[in-house]
Amino acid sequence: MQPRLLVEGAARKLDGPLLFLQRTLEVGLNDAVEVRGRDGRARLGRVAALDEERMTIEVLESTAGLGLAESVVRFFGEPLNFPLGPGILGRVFNGVGQVIDGGPPIAARETYRIEGMPINPFARATPHDFIETGATAVDLMNSLVRGQKLPIFSGGGLPHDRIAVEIAGHARLRKGKGGDFAIVFAGIGVPFDTAEFFRASLEKSGALERTALFLNLASDSSTQRLLTPRFALTAAEYLAFVEGKHVLAILTDLTNYCEALREVSSSKGEIPSRKGFPGYMYSDLATLYERAGCIKGYPGTLTQLPILTMPADDIGHPIPDLTGYITEGQIVLSRDLDRRGVYPPINVLPSLSRLMKDGTGAKYTDPDHPALSSQLYAAYARAAQTRVLASVVGEEGLSAADRKYLAFGGEFEGTLVNQSSARSLDRSMATGWDLLKALPKSELTRLSDRQIAEHIEK
Amino acid sequence: MSEARIRWISGPVLRAVTDGRFALREAVEVGPQRLLGEVVSLDGAEAIIQVYEDTTGLKPGVPIRGTGQPLAIRVGPGLLGNMFDGLLRPLAGTGSAFVTPGVAPARTGMLPFRPQVAKGNRLARGAIFGEVDGAGGRTQRCLVPPDREGEVIAIAPAGTYAEEATLLTLRDDAGATHEVAMSHLWAVRVPRPVRLRRPGTKPLVTSQRILDCLFPVAQGGTAAIPGGFGTGKTVLLEALAKGCDADVIVYLGCGERGNEMAGVLEEFPELTDPRSGRPLMERTVIIANTSNMPVAAREASIYSAVTVAEYFRDQGLHVALMADSTSRWAEALREVSGRFGELPGEGGYPAYLSSRLADFYERAAVVETLAGATGSVTVMGAISPPSGDFSEPVTSHTKRYVKAFWALDVKRAQARFYPAINPLLSYAEDAHAFAEWWAANGNAEWVALRRKFLTLLDDQARLERMARIIGKDALPLRQQLTLFCAELVNEAFLRQSALSPVDRAASPARQAAMMRLIGRYTELAEAAVAAGARLEELAALPSYRQVLRMGEEIGEETLDRFGVLAAAVEREIGALVQEKEKRNAATTAG
Repeated sequence: MQPRLLVEGAARKLDGPLLFLQRTLEVGLNDAVEVRGRDGRARLGRVAALDEERMTIEVLESTAGLGLAESVVRFFGEPLNFPLGPGILGRVFNGVGQVIDGGPPIAARETYRIEGMPINPFARATPHDFIETGATAVDLMNSLVRGQKLPIFSGGGLPHDRIAVEIAGHARLRKGKGGDFAIVFAGIGVPFDTAEFFRASLEKSGALERTALFLNLASDSSTQRLLTPRFALTAAEYLAFVEGKHVLAILTDLTNYCEALREVSSSKGEIPSRKGFPGYMYSDLATLYERAGCIKGYPGTLTQLPILTMPADDIGHPIPDLTGYITEGQIVLSRDLDRRGVYPPINVLPSLSRLMKDGTGAKYTDPDHPALSSQLYAAYARAAQTRVLASVVGEEGLSAADRKYLAFGGEFEGTLVNQSSARSLDRSMATGWDLLKALPKSELTRLSDRQIAEHIEK
Repeated sequence: MSEARIRWISGPVLRAVTDGRFALREAVEVGPQRLLGEVVSLDGAEAIIQVYEDTTGLKPGVPIRGTGQPLAIRVGPGLLGNMFDGLLRPLAGTGSAFVTPGVAPARTGMLPFRPQVAKGNRLARGAIFGEVDGAGGRTQRCLVPPDREGEVIAIAPAGTYAEEATLLTLRDDAGATHEVAMSHLWAVRVPRPVRLRRPGTKPLVTSQRILDCLFPVAQGGTAAIPGGFGTGKTVLLEALAKGCDADVIVYLGCGERGNEMAGVLEEFPELTDPRSGRPLMERTVIIANTSNMPVAAREASIYSAVTVAEYFRDQGLHVALMADSTSRWAEALREVSGRFGELPGEGGYPAYLSSRLADFYERAAVVETLAGATGSVTVMGAISPPSGDFSEPVTSHTKRYVKAFWALDVKRAQARFYPAINPLLSYAEDAHAFAEWWAANGNAEWVALRRKFLTLLDDQARLERMARIIGKDALPLRQQLTLFCAELVNEAFLRQSALSPVDRAASPARQAAMMRLIGRYTELAEAAVAAGARLEELAALPSYRQVLRMGEEIGEETLDRFGVLAAAVEREIGALVQEKEKRNAATTAG
């Protein structure tokens, strides 16, 4: 990425992160630039809009200290690229792909477009390989498969970071030993403490050496936040589709990303859509989330575990809402369960894994896994309904059957969702069968007679 | 050829200075990569152009070439069994795992052709001039394009030809000659002409009980499937694509997930079409513009899909078009409109959203084709309303143009009750027209049973609200019985797992048997309760669980087992009633 063209004194206007220049040379849309002010510091940017007289530069770092007269802009003549090569695991990068761990730079083999290229749907292979995460509410109820994008919908103060770290540490194929995955971690606008928590936890579990960390801290420029996940996913794609590794990408916190998108959009003067977010947020998020999957003929896979905090715990807010429409399901954390000391506080009812059907059952996990999960869902949904009823009419007003469901709901949360250490899928399933023993057999309509005889009446 | 140069560019939209010879809606090629675009507005020497591919790297001054033609797609027999992008360019065989801008490989493959006309014949517009064997030996008809006619002056002999090779030469009355191949170009935004439209009288059999029995859609009709995320829109559409009794399925993935498309592509060749016994993929055309593919092509993809559907309809086939999801199309419309600087209307959508939706759904119909055959296009569109709110513009406008409305419900989906269609919010305007069809297909009591089921479900909602205040046990026994029966309708009839090998599709005969059995069960239960039986006693009978599980246990090959089950129900409840009556008599006597 050699700077090729230099423009001086062409700046006409500075507005937030946007720099407007007189157009004096031929540049392309989305070309990368470097802006230097009188302080001499280089700031990365890109060409956001073009017409015959003017061009708009989106500066990806703080524009404080830039002036109109002294600004010098270098044009790279190509879009933002990320030079990558072997040895990126174990390294720490900033939000724009520069090494910040004090070590030597990456010996790059090739440069990659950070926007990536959409995977041809025809070339995609359907994800099938079940990943054991160790969390029963995920493995048994909302199974994750290799190549899936499954976000965690959380809220401020909930233990999403701990869950993500534990999943990253435990993630393995069925009957595997762990350590199967290379991890790409992107901290998007996270506080220093959170970034440090991830680094320390990964180090403690020995996973750090198979992790590439990308950190855009809360104190860094918000425009840069738009690039951090792109750099991280470019690295993840490189690991998966060039080096042939199985990659688990953890992106946190997508809410900060969307806030930055809104900020930049409003400074460009675009027409806002819901809650001030730009109308293209769906397409923009899709360019991140869709960079997960398996490709026919490629050995590596890319699985995404994005984390977002729902503003005011509202799942209808545009950020979780649009995410849910793009991703293959969601794991929803509940403040209520957290308050009652259930860990992980996963509310299974609104949670979903769309690819579960492709990675469970006789060919992948256990022939009775789908039926068990479906029956637990039906029973827990009824328990939740009964709870509403009981809160109005009191437990005494319930029928005998309903009281059984009420007790089942408590047990489900207390012994199945709640866990102190990672469980294998077999142990998770055994716990599930045990819980169902308390319910009337005639009502276990999602289980066949054989399944009841084998697992419940034995 | 007309030429222009880029003056301004933002995302997929650019303004260009032209030489003044461009037409509105003309297709253009942009830059050295020949990116496909379309002229959407003209103002003096300036044209606004929407580009259907990634515009990274384009700059002011780049030349644009006009093609002199409106944006058109090539429809032909090679479409079946394949996957295309939003502008009907093949996604298979591009040699790359990634979608790169500007690459448009020609469709290849030779197909066996048999002529059916001779030199000297006069051919009208849309006439059939030959047959071709497509994928899996399926025979398709070769059509004269609907805008061409004349006398045959040359026709190719039987043999194997490429799709684009000229097979037929026509001379029209003005003396001009036209060359016709198996495939032809058709402008995507122009509905293909037909001789006349007919009213729909037959339902499209979807193999989903809740749809066929409660909310049927007519062949040639329209249906909308709105639902928040995770309510099962895609799974339902896929189930419809697998199970419905259409000749050809056009499946449009518009702004949806790449993995879903891969899933369809993997699964469909494995499944068999219940009608022909051939792999399902052979009756399917997949059009995919996934959410990360260029947004402007998403806007065009819906027109490509409906044009393909009309092409097969013109061969005298019944076509079902599944569009997942029309909201993404509307959002693409909004995004592009915003970049033009148009005034936003409700929800930021352009004011013409409603008329564009109407245009799209109006292309569904039963028709008599130009060649005189009967064909139909049934359109089913998913809607993804923000936060599941059905009052938003796309849902509310769509509601005005569709005949069937299948509202998905988050509560049902959370309990993994699929298909999660809420029977109280859904409707089917044409339902009354299908009584005759059901009577001819083994269910003369359909109207009465349908009314009974819908009434039970409606009562259930009301009673549950009441039970929330006074407790279920405090309800009178008759109302508890209503709840009991409604639950039976839900669990034993409406729930139908798309993943179950036995139950994922139900034939009309099986649907009728189940509907009648449940209808009879409710009558017997009523009699039993009248005789003094408690609901727990009914639930304890072995037949109760068997009825609840009959969808899973009794498959298409063993329909007679419904009769056996019905007899068991009669016997067991009859015995219960007898026992009660005996006790009642004893009490009265004592």
